[in-house]
Amino acid sequence: MSITLTEAAAKRVKSFIASRGAGMGIRLGVKTSGCSGMAYVLEFADQQDEGDQVFEDHGVKVLIDSKSLLYLDGTELDYTKEGLNEGFKFNNPNVKDACGCGESFTV
Amino acid sequence: MALLQLSEPGQSQAPHQHRLAAGIDLGTTNSLVASVRSGRAETLPDAQGRHLLPSVVRYTSEGPIVGYEARAAAVSDPLNTIVSVKRMLGHSIGEVTSLGSTLPYRFSQQETAVPRILTVVGERSPVEVSAEILRVLSKRAEETLGGQLEGVVITVPAYFDDAQRQATKDAAKLAGMNVLRLLNEPTAAAVAYGLDSGSDGVHAIYDLGGGTFDISILRLNRGVFEVLSTGGDSALGGDDFDRVLAQWIMQQAGIPDDVDHVMQRRLMRDACAAKEALSEADATNLELELDTGEYWRAELSRRQFNQLIEPLLRKTLVTCRRALRDAGLTVAEIEDVVLVGGSTRVPLVRELVSGFFDSPALGEIDPDRVVAIGAALQADILVGNKPDDELLLLDVNPLSLGIETMGGLVEKIIPRNTTIPVARAQEFTTFKDGQTAMAVHVLQGERELVSDCRSLARFELRGIPPMVAGAARIRVTFAVDADGLLSVEAQEQSTGVSASVAIKPSYGLTDEEIAAMLRDSMESAGEDLVARRLREQQVEAQRVIEALSAALAADGGELLDAQERSGIDRALARLAEISRMDDPKAIKSEIEALEKHCEFYVERRMNSSVRKAMSGHRVDEFE
Repeated sequence: MSITLTEAAAKRVKSFIASRGAGMGIRLGVKTSGCSGMAYVLEFADQQDEGDQVFEDHGVKVLIDSKSLLYLDGTELDYTKEGLNEGFKFNNPNVKDACGCGESFTV
Repeated sequence: MALLQLSEPGQSQAPHQHRLAAGIDLGTTNSLVASVRSGRAETLPDAQGRHLLPSVVRYTSEGPIVGYEARAAAVSDPLNTIVSVKRMLGHSIGEVTSLGSTLPYRFSQQETAVPRILTVVGERSPVEVSAEILRVLSKRAEETLGGQLEGVVITVPAYFDDAQRQATKDAAKLAGMNVLRLLNEPTAAAVAYGLDSGSDGVHAIYDLGGGTFDISILRLNRGVFEVLSTGGDSALGGDDFDRVLAQWIMQQAGIPDDVDHVMQRRLMRDACAAKEALSEADATNLELELDTGEYWRAELSRRQFNQLIEPLLRKTLVTCRRALRDAGLTVAEIEDVVLVGGSTRVPLVRELVSGFFDSPALGEIDPDRVVAIGAALQADILVGNKPDDELLLLDVNPLSLGIETMGGLVEKIIPRNTTIPVARAQEFTTFKDGQTAMAVHVLQGERELVSDCRSLARFELRGIPPMVAGAARIRVTFAVDADGLLSVEAQEQSTGVSASVAIKPSYGLTDEEIAAMLRDSMESAGEDLVARRLREQQVEAQRVIEALSAALAADGGELLDAQERSGIDRALARLAEISRMDDPKAIKSEIEALEKHCEFYVERRMNSSVRKAMSGHRVDEFE
């Protein structure tokens, strides 16, 4: 079981946390919603909850609840630029199908 | 797949429900757009990585060009290249042309109040030109954020009046944007530093840009910023630093005053580069190729540069002192001073300003971008991306709003510094018997007399049912929306007839004028009070005379004998004469004297009308 970050993603997360001034890391997860069944959660993490698994990559703590981990195992979080837009991208090997924009997916 | 941003814990949004919002600093020289992403407010660069967008629009037959490319053409195509359009926004043609012959544009000769600039593609109003700039910024934000903007917050100078604010909103609407709110520029800067979530106190916002200087004194009171005073100089900025430095170089290098434009531009460019270098370094080297082919070299120290620009900075401090005086404050009451505008990067500016206000100068956020960043933070809250407990920042109306009442007096309905949005109503009545219409004259200002305030609008309420004077009840409602725009409604209460007006005054006030109006009101407070008292007594005297004359005409003949009648007529004439003089006390005592003199007549009228009402009825019918 593992979650990884690319170096670019880790750098961004660190700078976002620094400018926010608080946070032990980031929380990844999935929730059931959206047109294709599931949606990603990407948040700052202020505390570790019961049942959380913690991974660390490139010096960034990634918290994830064990249920979400089933859907996200092996995911690599990347930070990319597409034209003027930039942001985080989930490279999730479990995804079978995603909606047009990719915000929502099925496994 | 779509690119995601980090959210606050528990704030992750459902797919397709990201609400995108941006803050826009629509500046005179440059404009910026900023947005909050992953919890951080940042200005958004274009594809070349440039954050600033020069506020220049060039109209060509192939369509409008906005930004750097347009600015580069300002010299070669001056008639179709519109710069500093913000100075014209919300002004009438008369005011625009009185700005000076410096504007190279041709204006359409029309009777409309709005100036229309003749360009190669036809007439364009300042609102349309501003919309072109906003369109580019909006497109940049939508490409950067990857979706359509839900709404924007646009900043305007604190001294912008209703007309200028409305023009800004119109421009945004024309550009297809949903304006969540207009925000005062100094307030936006304060928000960027998080001063809105701090403790109550007074803050100074010192804004020295390329060509303009503004000082605003704000008070934070229970989460609301009040603009206590504003001041400024619309022709003082960093460009003037370059100019004095260029003059110094010409003097040192022995360059004559009448050099060609190419040399002048090169001098200005070198001066600007030297100025920027001296913000970091203690000294910089100057090198200039003279017409003779020789090179002139010199070293300029920061100390020398400071000496050159200090007189200019002293001028801004004089304005600061005046703004403080307008606000009725002393330096000791200022908690901190926020630095805005690229020119505040000059170390001497920070030193002098911080010294003048005797308080820390806040300048860590890029002073060119701080206003846009504050607007973005505000937009993010307004669009609903923040938890509910975040305070919504409100503004206040800068000058009192009211209507004209009899005698040329102003009745204030919304006093200045009331937090907006706000709606207030007050009831008025008719002055004459059978009056069926009422003129509502909407005014802005602090003075007591109509002639000393600024007229915003006039409208008439017609269809009031004929009644005796004082019986009609007319409710006048003033509503100011969150952007500081005013609408006024008058409604007669018994019939429900109403008339209303949305205020888009035809031309505006400058910051100096607003400051002058405030100053005036303080200086003439005593004078105004006397004038008000006099007018009030005069109006009262007029009312008594009219009521009595009407009564005499109705039944004076049957109720009074000749001697009584001539006594009342004499008293009436005396009051009429005294009311034309300017002694409120004398008028008042004369009114009282007349009322006393007429007591017997009033009593007889009462008895007579009671008799009339009861005649033909039996006493027990009235029990």
